[in-house]
Amino acid sequence: MTYLTDIATLARKDLLLELRSRDTVPAMLLFVVSTLVVFNFALPADAGAAAAYGLLWIALVFTALLGLTRAFVAEREQRILDALVLTPCDRSAIWVGKGVSVVAFLLLAEAVALPAFGLFFQPVTVEVVAAVLLANVGFAAVGTLLAAMAAAGRARELLLPLLFLPLVIPIVVGGVGASVAGDPTSTADPARYLGFLVLYDLVFAILSWASFEYVVTE
Amino acid sequence: MIRGRNLERRFGEKRVFRALDLDVAEHDFLVVTGPNGSGKSTLLALCAGLLTPTRGELAVRIPREHIGYLAHEPLVYRELTALENLDLYGRLYRVAERRERIGMLLERFDLWEARHERVAALSRGMAQRLALCRALLHEPGLILMDEPYSGLDEAGASLLDEVLESFAADRTCVVATHDPQRVAALATGGLALA
Repeated sequence: MTYLTDIATLARKDLLLELRSRDTVPAMLLFVVSTLVVFNFALPADAGAAAAYGLLWIALVFTALLGLTRAFVAEREQRILDALVLTPCDRSAIWVGKGVSVVAFLLLAEAVALPAFGLFFQPVTVEVVAAVLLANVGFAAVGTLLAAMAAAGRARELLLPLLFLPLVIPIVVGGVGASVAGDPTSTADPARYLGFLVLYDLVFAILSWASFEYVVTE
Repeated sequence: MIRGRNLERRFGEKRVFRALDLDVAEHDFLVVTGPNGSGKSTLLALCAGLLTPTRGELAVRIPREHIGYLAHEPLVYRELTALENLDLYGRLYRVAERRERIGMLLERFDLWEARHERVAALSRGMAQRLALCRALLHEPGLILMDEPYSGLDEAGASLLDEVLESFAADRTCVVATHDPQRVAALATGGLALA
């Protein structure tokens, strides 16, 4: 119970910080919409649904990356992580709390991105929504851990994309697969891809949860 | 409470100190002095468990939640108010009667009127007072302070004198300072880093 209270306290703090500073979510919204607009003009008129879904997932991955680059800015610039790790709360609660706020920011960005995708490209199916929701967990699990690692390093702007992009390739594979399979013209089974995303989320959430303590301590 | 033997700490190629022995018993008041770059802040971070020694042995026999750590930075969120910052730490430290304790500290450090102001809007001295409130919020048994008088005006410094005096009797304090005369009366020991 205390663990959950700590997570709620830390997540609430991040949401409050964003509400005050408005640094991250507006940038994510602007980025994802402008990317979809650019893709709309870049994609040939006769390109299939698969290409459009691919572009949607590219936009989502880079939007998540944009949000993650700012995830530990306050803790890094003001060295607040030192104070947080001295509190009696389990250090993994810091990771979960930050992950919850990252998911909240992603949901806000996607609440705009998916209707925009439906407007420019393809109707948004239930499978796309399910894949995006599952992908959020994976993005937040892996990304929050890597953002904390990058925050401690010198070349943090380089380090995060270099570590994050290869690790989320399975999310892109699962997300694009579920989206294409969910298209009414497809005969493939989206459940396979959604199951793959669930498995990815579980494995990486457990790994990140268990290893966060070693990232924030020497 | 703290026992270090043959401590050495490096950051890459740069060695901050070497062959350092440290003994701090319960209720001791150790004053750490030394020029800039001599390793005062590093030593406090080692005692807080935020860093590990590159070489040597260091034992700190107190749970981390009983350590009060005052660093160079206030370690508070600039976009949150003074009250919100203390409430955050109060919750994480599971402070009993949190609101009363926070109110008492804000009053004592003369921050009550500014409690709803964001930290970004506070002066350096007020931010340092808030940092002191944060470090003392959970009534720590071991207090590690890095230049606690930094940024404080004379009223704030006198207030800190009183606070340290009240702690000296029943808590363990390690204070790094460029002004050892200020706490000389309370000191039970000194450590001069070269």
